[in-house]
Amino acid sequence: MRQRVVWLVWSGVVSAVVLIGLGVCVGSTGFEDLLSPLLNPQMDPVQTAVAQQIVWDIRLPRTLGAWTAGALLGLAGAVAQGLFRNPLADPYLLGSASGASLGVAMALAAMGGGAGMLGSSVSDSASANLVVSVFSSSLWVRVGLTGAAFCGALLAVLLTLALSRGVGHTLRLLLAGVVVGVVLGAMTHLVLLMSPDSLQAMQAFILGSTAFVGWTSTLLMAGVWSLCVVAAWLLARVLDGLSLGDATAISLGLPVAAMRGTLVAVLALATGTAVAQTGLIAFVGLAAPHLVRSLVNTTYGNLMLLASLAGGTLLMAADILARGLIAPQELPVGVLTAVLGGGYLLWLMHRGPNRVAGANP
Amino acid sequence: MSVANHVAMQATAISANLGFVEVLHSINLSLAKGRWTSIVGPNGAGKSTLLKVLAGVLPHSGDVTLLDHAMHQLPNRVRARQLAWLGQNETSADDLSVWDVAMLGRLPHQAWLAGPSAQDQAAVEQALRSTQAWEWRDRALGQLSGGERQRVLLARALAVQAQVLLMDEPLANLDPPHQADWLDIVHALVAQGTTVVSVLHEVNMALHADAVVVMAGGRVHHHGPAGEPHTHRLVEQVFEHRIAIRQLDNQWVALPRRRMWPTKPIAPHNIEANP
Repeated sequence: MRQRVVWLVWSGVVSAVVLIGLGVCVGSTGFEDLLSPLLNPQMDPVQTAVAQQIVWDIRLPRTLGAWTAGALLGLAGAVAQGLFRNPLADPYLLGSASGASLGVAMALAAMGGGAGMLGSSVSDSASANLVVSVFSSSLWVRVGLTGAAFCGALLAVLLTLALSRGVGHTLRLLLAGVVVGVVLGAMTHLVLLMSPDSLQAMQAFILGSTAFVGWTSTLLMAGVWSLCVVAAWLLARVLDGLSLGDATAISLGLPVAAMRGTLVAVLALATGTAVAQTGLIAFVGLAAPHLVRSLVNTTYGNLMLLASLAGGTLLMAADILARGLIAPQELPVGVLTAVLGGGYLLWLMHRGPNRVAGANP
Repeated sequence: MSVANHVAMQATAISANLGFVEVLHSINLSLAKGRWTSIVGPNGAGKSTLLKVLAGVLPHSGDVTLLDHAMHQLPNRVRARQLAWLGQNETSADDLSVWDVAMLGRLPHQAWLAGPSAQDQAAVEQALRSTQAWEWRDRALGQLSGGERQRVLLARALAVQAQVLLMDEPLANLDPPHQADWLDIVHALVAQGTTVVSVLHEVNMALHADAVVVMAGGRVHHHGPAGEPHTHRLVEQVFEHRIAIRQLDNQWVALPRRRMWPTKPIAPHNIEANP
């Protein structure tokens, strides 16, 4: 079992490295070999300089950004499934992604009015007419949007939990998640309608896109991922204990209530950070832990690390596909994951009633 | 039994609600140290709720002492080392391996980030072997049958190596040979000085205990030695005389009694009060 986990970690790392190599070579014109001029600069210095600019300024941060966003969502999915003892829990189905999106929309609407504070630091060409753009590369704008998304995600999870009156009933939890998701989604659209300047930029954002992820976003996501993965790993034993039920976990001396609160915060932080940088990317959080579970039965400590690696790899692969599939046009990656993830969810439902309905007492 | 240091657990004036309904009404109970006590009674008597209160996993009014200490004052981990609880139908840990599930029983003994010690591994191996679950230690819990899962969950509770072991319907899904094995396990634990409390629907098995607590309607109606005729009479009474307790091969057995003609349901005031 341990060997299998180590083997899976290595395959996650190797596939990520291979996909990074592929990711820097796939653009709007399809595949072009940019690695050769980078590795052999003496052959053609001009081509090397161009390749360096494309890779370093655009494709590498975007590709690594896709990985970190996927890793955050995979981690959030694993935490959600353990926390709610529910194989269908994921950031999307619990409404937390919609909450994060609402947080971003409200922050944009609010900051659009307060131009003086943040306006000077914006240097974004995609929507330069905006005071603060959702695609801004300013660190403080990114941190602000992430904070707003975190608050929105936290609020949404708490709302879902309140409406479903606890975590014990699968159907009630999912219905509450759907209701919260739809209502907060509608509120997001309402906020956008009232601030039409940010509507177009937010449209791409709501569909989910890694196209505008720069180094700032990537490093921010990497930092938060490191924090979340360590926090989740420290609390993994609580999730193992909770898998035997709340009462058994309490009888084992685990501080269930306090740890559950901390894990909800980790879930909201991971979801909020990913959503604030890449918009609404569906199903990665659901698929990644399931993919790992289909390969190995392991404790939550390992599952959360592996689900992160799997989420990163899945989103990076989807991002590369989204760039190349209808080149020179680009598909928003969120659309692709929604289609692929929806199919995966259906397959999961039909695969065996025990796996999906098993948690419903 | 009245001497304090012979008492493993003492419950005083325990009341508990499920939702807005009070299901335990001012229960007083004293459980002898190093003995096996079985709790029996009809469906809805409050047996499982009482066991949860004793395990400290359900809010309640009244006081519970565990090995001469007020339970609410004990740190969680200390309590978890002294008292193990096996619930019914609680698990969803289908993805964990049998070994990992049993190892959860060692959590109260491990420092927060420390891995399992040699002692933890030995305790888990011993527990899994005693319930004949050792062979499938690498299999996922979700791949096992109901009876096999129950043996793994039993091993998880045994792995705690607590001085007090509370078990709610431990024989659920077990076939007769494994039910007999369970009796051996309990007698071995009691011989080592462990206090065992079990909620059982199988009255035949409950009558193997040292003492029997008879419950109905959220109250304790009797608490006495399992071999006493008075205890047998009260067990028959709370089950509306639909069982008859007889002796066979030096064991007490509960035989079902068919309803030959319509009978009136037993009124609560006809049940003999706790002496």
